[in-house]
Amino acid sequence: MVQEMVHPFSKYLRSAMIPHIWCSGCGNGVVLNSFVHALDELQMDLDKLVVVSGIGCIGRSAGYTNADSFHTTHGRAIPFATGVKLANPELEVVVISGDGDLFAIGGNHFIHAARRNIGIKVICANNFNYGMTGGQQGPTTPLESLTTTTPYGNIEHPFNLVHLAAASGATYVARWTTLHVRRLTQSIKRMLQKEGFCFIEVVTPCPEIFGRHNKMRTGLEMMEWFKRSSVVENFSDPSKAEITPERIVVGEFVNVQKVSYEKFFHEKLAQINEKAVEW
Amino acid sequence: MSSMTKKRVLPSGARFMSGDIACAEGAIAAGCRFFAGYPITPATEIAEHLSARMPEFGGIYIQMEDEIASLVAVIGASYAGLKAMTATSGPGFSLMQENIGLAAMTEAPCVIVDIMRGGPSTGQPTLPGQQDVMQAKWGSHGDYSIIALSPSSVQEMFNLTIEAFNMAETYRVPALVMGDEIVAHMWEKVVIPPASEIRIVNRKKPHDSRDKYEPFMPDDDLVPPMACFGEGYRFHATGLTHDEYGYPRTQSSEVQSKLVRRLCEKVSRNEDKIIRVEKVMLEDADVAVVAYGIVARAALSAVRKAREAGIKAGLLRLITLWPFPEKHVAAVTNQVKTIVVPEMNCGQMVREVERAAKETPVAFLSKLGEDPHTPNEILKVIKGNI
Repeated sequence: MVQEMVHPFSKYLRSAMIPHIWCSGCGNGVVLNSFVHALDELQMDLDKLVVVSGIGCIGRSAGYTNADSFHTTHGRAIPFATGVKLANPELEVVVISGDGDLFAIGGNHFIHAARRNIGIKVICANNFNYGMTGGQQGPTTPLESLTTTTPYGNIEHPFNLVHLAAASGATYVARWTTLHVRRLTQSIKRMLQKEGFCFIEVVTPCPEIFGRHNKMRTGLEMMEWFKRSSVVENFSDPSKAEITPERIVVGEFVNVQKVSYEKFFHEKLAQINEKAVEW
Repeated sequence: MSSMTKKRVLPSGARFMSGDIACAEGAIAAGCRFFAGYPITPATEIAEHLSARMPEFGGIYIQMEDEIASLVAVIGASYAGLKAMTATSGPGFSLMQENIGLAAMTEAPCVIVDIMRGGPSTGQPTLPGQQDVMQAKWGSHGDYSIIALSPSSVQEMFNLTIEAFNMAETYRVPALVMGDEIVAHMWEKVVIPPASEIRIVNRKKPHDSRDKYEPFMPDDDLVPPMACFGEGYRFHATGLTHDEYGYPRTQSSEVQSKLVRRLCEKVSRNEDKIIRVEKVMLEDADVAVVAYGIVARAALSAVRKAREAGIKAGLLRLITLWPFPEKHVAAVTNQVKTIVVPEMNCGQMVREVERAAKETPVAFLSKLGEDPHTPNEILKVIKGNI
């Protein structure tokens, strides 16, 4: 008798939602895979996990994870996660979304959530463009890159996401590429065990939509770029952590202790409540 | 945080307070435990009051970076199981529109208070208006339903905020309290009922076991029971067109049709339970004033003056704006010769009244940019149309 084979990680995924929508060569699966490995290694209670995504290719991650999950409007994953975390601080609230979603339309929410130090964990798959809508220029598109809306080369300076996160007050900031699977997984584990606002950028190949315009037609070519150019510089100055054709600075940049918004809030509540008198 | 419930509902009895404070106290009395907002005149006092009051019983107050974030955080808190509210005015209400659609699509119970000021754009921050009432119904893209209530007094800022929470929880919709600058800033007597007499409704919880739960499978009333995050149901919700499991089905016209029609019909089919109006001296009326909000107060005075002058006038006050009380307006128009509609806008609810009135002539009295209509201004139109 043939026994049914069940993948040891299938319990972390919603089989009804799979197959996923991602193109061949896309790195989003690596991001989700690392996330799921981290959940497994930490033996996370899936009943207490909430995954929130915005709009975009990686935004489907919430639906693929077998936990409570919500797929918000474009750019609004962070304020939704903020509401969830404050309402029930016992929940582990993870945002998995893209560079356009988190840093263009949702950029204001990102910096304020980091400033408040609300205890949500944000994973950004940075693929340098708007993949789902067919490859337009975005807030992380490198200078001179070709996209469907920068046919003469991009003239906008991209955000340095780890610098932005560090400057905004995040307690944990890291960047990896999808080549650094083990380090990424360890980083996600570290982040899930930390208090306060945490951020990991994952530089992700998008050969079908971004790479094809920029002389990297296959996932392998994009991964070769990551391999050739990545340098691990842990705890180096995030303002100097560049992403260029020649150099992708990866590593952990920030790992500090700071009381989270929700902990601060609930400590205050306890003090206020002690003083509160019955009418 | 559940133990901190010392000072929830104000002690019963008569109090003197502003409409904004009454609204905040109504929210607390209704069981609101989460407020996210952004300062804006003339709704700021709601946030200020809740920032002080919420912590007294373990509720949460957070000031967000804008009104978009405020409403989205409210939706998040609602999914995490708390009764949640935001409050704003026109410019913030405009920013919230996309996510009113998200709340409608994901059926997140929530309350949005819009204290209307003069618009468009920044307009007249400190003056009253009724210019957002159509936006309340149609502001977000797509077809969906909301419930909107219109308080005419500080007492109703308290009562209708409670009612809005009950409706939001019953029908899993955004419920809107469409106040205006006058009812918000005016100070009046409010009678707080004993806590035991305040009717409070909580959302339906799932009847099914965790493995059988379909988060968007409605009961006969078209409203699906609602699990909350962290209860072990591990469910998904999305702003995309979705099936009963909450899974995206963006290519199915059948799923789209079934879902969107249900979102509209769960309110329209329950109209008789939702809609509230106040009828004053309409039994024998020849002319009826249809009004709402602060303008209805002047209208009542005008109707009384008309009666003193021997004119058989009556008032139909719309407490529920949406769903529109069409049957009530139609019943009145069958009986009277003329309808008078005073509004602080260029003509919004009057369109609905005209639609319901069919052949009966409707006289519209518009007022913008200053105090609301005086009783004499309305009286003049009553007299001119009889």
